[in-house]
Amino acid sequence: MNLLALVPALPLFSAILLMVSAGRLPKQIAAVLGVGSVGLSAVCVVIISQGFLADGQVREVTLWTWIAVDGFTPAIAFYVDGLTVVMMSVITGVGFLIHLYSVEFMADDQSFSRYFAYMNLFVAAMLLLVMADNLLLLYLGWEGVGVCSYLLVGFWYRDPANGRAARKAFVVTRVGDTAMALGLLLLFTELGTLDIQPLMAAANSQWQVGGSLPVLATALLLGGAVGKSAQLPLHTWLPDAMAGPTPVSALIHAATMVTAGVYLIARTHELFLLAPATLTAVAWLGLATLLLAAFAALAQNDIKRILAYSTISQIGYMFMALGVGAFSAGIFHLMTHAFFKALLFLAAGAIIHALHHEHNIFRMGGLRTRLPVVFTSFLIGSAALAALPFTSGFYSKDSILLAAWALPDIGPILWTGGLLGALLTALYSFRLVFVVFFGEAKTEPDKEVGWKMALPLVILCALAALGGWIGQPLGDVFPASEHPVAHAVEAIGIAVPLLGLLIAYLIFLGGQLSVARVTESAVGKALQAFWLQGWRLDGLYHAVFVRPFTALARSCRNEPVDLVYNALVAVTRWGHRALVTTQTGELRWYATSMVFGLIVLVAIMLRNAS
Amino acid sequence: MGGLQIPLEHVQVLAAMLFSCGLLGLMLRRNIIFMLMSLEVMLNSAALAFVAAGAKWGQADGQIIFMLILAVAAAEISVGLGLVLQIQRRFKTLDMDTANRLRG
Repeated sequence: MNLLALVPALPLFSAILLMVSAGRLPKQIAAVLGVGSVGLSAVCVVIISQGFLADGQVREVTLWTWIAVDGFTPAIAFYVDGLTVVMMSVITGVGFLIHLYSVEFMADDQSFSRYFAYMNLFVAAMLLLVMADNLLLLYLGWEGVGVCSYLLVGFWYRDPANGRAARKAFVVTRVGDTAMALGLLLLFTELGTLDIQPLMAAANSQWQVGGSLPVLATALLLGGAVGKSAQLPLHTWLPDAMAGPTPVSALIHAATMVTAGVYLIARTHELFLLAPATLTAVAWLGLATLLLAAFAALAQNDIKRILAYSTISQIGYMFMALGVGAFSAGIFHLMTHAFFKALLFLAAGAIIHALHHEHNIFRMGGLRTRLPVVFTSFLIGSAALAALPFTSGFYSKDSILLAAWALPDIGPILWTGGLLGALLTALYSFRLVFVVFFGEAKTEPDKEVGWKMALPLVILCALAALGGWIGQPLGDVFPASEHPVAHAVEAIGIAVPLLGLLIAYLIFLGGQLSVARVTESAVGKALQAFWLQGWRLDGLYHAVFVRPFTALARSCRNEPVDLVYNALVAVTRWGHRALVTTQTGELRWYATSMVFGLIVLVAIMLRNAS
Repeated sequence: MGGLQIPLEHVQVLAAMLFSCGLLGLMLRRNIIFMLMSLEVMLNSAALAFVAAGAKWGQADGQIIFMLILAVAAAEISVGLGLVLQIQRRFKTLDMDTANRLRG
């Protein structure tokens, strides 16, 4: 079935065309190419998923053998099951909407076609990642999206700060990617293949549950997932990655790339089931990340940084879901998160666009009446993010929390932590809504939102509001996890976000609840500064890793190893200069020195003879 | 072989004096032609010592070596004179202290 191959090939082809033309194409043609290729690819995905939903057959296509070396034969091959269909739909569907939005958002940019070249390349790499039939091809896509993330974060490269943010994103994720590469090598040496399905079968038959090899292999894969999905302790790159254009943040740093780690764990879940210790670690990691990022989001002033920390926090929920074995709930949250977080980012982009690149939420305000479409979108997105009842986020977050509750021993702790996170989520998302859209206007917007920006917002609004009813064909992929749960637990899950909304209303809009006494105190101020800087982890990493490394590099700048050889050269040169002075060029001098030498030799011989 | 016998020691002292004269000439003269002449004197002093020694012991070796030295001296002087011509052409002088271009 060549339709499958077309899905990643179309954006790749368009990316190559846009790159080769090097910005000489008119903007209209570049836009048609960039948006049209992703749109066509989305049409292909619709046809494929219709077929898949009808018969439920796994689709496999082998295009060609990539490498053939002594039993190691990874192919360029695609494997499409329910999980892949979900991912492909999210990538091409949300991706298409974001591309359409970008046409208007980037209309005045000089590097218009470069932008679409990178975006299309990203979509192609991301599709390769989720469709790959073997882990090596997956790794190719994995690194491809990393490169595109680097290129797009540093898209406005004339500002050195953007270049720094791009480098940081690249280097920090590289730490995780190295662990993942080691994991792939371990899997290949132990099990002899990297094709995902045979690999899972081999692992199931050869490895014991809880053995040391599965724990090591999954821990290494987890390292890669943690780096890409911005989880503790490698999450520090994501808030800085907001330096890129806002649609980039929506596509790469909210909807698709950052969820690649979740996809990786879900795709290799049979391995993780063999290593319960790693799975528990995933759950705790998710919980720690979601709480930490939620607290940090509370203190931010930059609209995009709030959304970035919220993304980290929501991916924490997905990790928690994976950790407690509720894989479908995790993927469900991945999908709904892609809808509402893309919506929030695009709405934020519309605000930034209309307010001349203003990012500080305290210089906005009163935008409710001036940008009604954006306000509605942001409200629906925030409601879904806060998991208010009947929004898409509610269903997915609810299923994660219920699955956590059902887990013996650590379940209630995870559930409580998740609830606290939900409270904080409601608090910071409605703080954002109330500060930006209510109150008095501080900056006047000067642009209306055109149809190319409004249409994606409206469609994503519908998806964010109603996405909870979309069924996912994941029954054949993951083991079933049904938990009978008490109604009281469910009721608490519904009540907590509403409580958060109420608190946010009382503090930021009604004014009945004053937090000035807390925030103005010394402890409150210190805590606020601490959270504003994301728990000062950047400073810690700088002191522990960056500073020693640069010091080492500086000490090596003069090449200490070369000192020995340089000394040898110096001694030889000095000897040369000393001997050159005896070469006077005068014949008599040479004759005289020969005579004296002869006299000395004769004297020595005579002395020895006597 | 009768008649007046010159003692070997006298000949050796004469040869040593000739050699020293040649050596001093080589070290002190600056004109290339005089240097070559000094060289000839040194060669002949050595040849004299060989001849005298050969006569003393009644061996032919001394005479043979004399012939060899004669040949060497002839070869040397022919090459040397060729060099003298070249030096005269290039430097317009025979002073060897001014022709010191091969210094390091």
